[in-house]
Amino acid sequence: MPPEHNPDQPHHPGDGHTHGHHDGLPDDTLWAFGSPGARPLRIGIGGPVGSGKTALVAALCRLLADSVSIVVVTNDIFTTEDAEALRRMAVLDDHRIAAVETGACPHTAIRDDISANLDAVEKLEAANERVELTLLESGGDNLTAIFSRALVDRQIFVIDVAGGDKVPRKGGPGVTTADLLVINKIDLAPLVHADLAVMDRDAQARRGSLPIAFTSLTEPDGAALVADWVRAQLAAWHGVASA
Amino acid sequence: MSTSATLLLLADSRFPTGAHAHSAGIEASHAHGDVCGVADLVEFLDGRLLTTAPVEAAFAAAATTSAPDLHELDHQLAIRTPSPRLRAVSRTLGRQLVRPAERAWPSSKYAALRAVHPDGPMQPVALGVVAGAAGLTPFDAALCSLHHLVGAATSAAIRLLGLDPFDVHAIAARLGPRLDALASVAAQQAASLQPEDLPATNSMLADILAEHHATWEVRLFAS
Repeated sequence: MPPEHNPDQPHHPGDGHTHGHHDGLPDDTLWAFGSPGARPLRIGIGGPVGSGKTALVAALCRLLADSVSIVVVTNDIFTTEDAEALRRMAVLDDHRIAAVETGACPHTAIRDDISANLDAVEKLEAANERVELTLLESGGDNLTAIFSRALVDRQIFVIDVAGGDKVPRKGGPGVTTADLLVINKIDLAPLVHADLAVMDRDAQARRGSLPIAFTSLTEPDGAALVADWVRAQLAAWHGVASA
Repeated sequence: MSTSATLLLLADSRFPTGAHAHSAGIEASHAHGDVCGVADLVEFLDGRLLTTAPVEAAFAAAATTSAPDLHELDHQLAIRTPSPRLRAVSRTLGRQLVRPAERAWPSSKYAALRAVHPDGPMQPVALGVVAGAAGLTPFDAALCSLHHLVGAATSAAIRLLGLDPFDVHAIAARLGPRLDALASVAAQQAASLQPEDLPATNSMLADILAEHHATWEVRLFAS
């Protein structure tokens, strides 16, 4: 069990402990790229296949869409399945969702060659009025995936307990450097013999002070912690322009 | 013919234009049963090099010349591309080529290119203008166009079919002299012909399969 908290009450990444290890985003990770507030905040959501990226996007839309103008770009390896799923769940109007096909290389489309995604993001932001938040969901990929800083301003990496409790120790740029690490499906931990304390310890060792959120996205308020983190990022991003 | 680091950079599949998501028709041809092994891939490339590839090379070369009528070139290439899907793909790839090129080789030439069509210029037209902005020749642009076609098809075949990558690259190497010769022809055509008189050979099956492919529920490549 993680030493500082009960796993039934997952970490709150912005819980007010400004000097502890699961704080909000440190100032020095604000990227030089882009101009905060001048355009929508772009948040990338990456992670392995089946870890809960689409579920997280859907949950964030449900929690935030009433107060924040959101558009979503999905990347699927084989299909437009994720975009269709979001449309079926009716979390956003159709005109706020676009799908990008990424060929055989989902990580290439978010890292080395972001052309198609940047194209889709800019089109969607231009086609919808006063967009405040753009969510870009990567295709499911391996632990080496990371978003280019020219494509997103912040990134969330989603792994899941069922993938094994060794994943945080294996590291990779997503686990190590993402602005928020989401460890999902904590409800399955007993069933797959995963030790949340091990995952927490290893993730902290990789990430230093960067925040971690333990979630169970199938529960009604499962994404509340992540939504709070997104709200804080939005306030920082759009606040800079008016400051 | 010029040999330069600039040409190598523009020809490199790592140059970020989004082309990695496209198979040059290999995925559709594979599903149709036409490309299942190395020998089929050779025939596929032979077919393209006799039909659509010389057209695209000629338009790329023509767009590299000193004062091309880009609007007319784009129009003439569009009407040589019967499939709406392939026209849309070409414009997407054209648009996606302009973005990194403007950063890599700044030039006043891009303004006219951007004005060609609201969805972006046809890719070979964009490639020609970019080559010109980068200081390359019409021959270079044509060669690049041919190289990209072979690279997209061979790379997709390796990924989709699990073909021996050494065999596949040996095929590409053997095509080298033929690509050089085709690029020379394209450069000559660009220098001597009006846009409407440039080659118009096409591959109807490629267009039909591309339309089919666009309707699939599950596919690995965007085209």
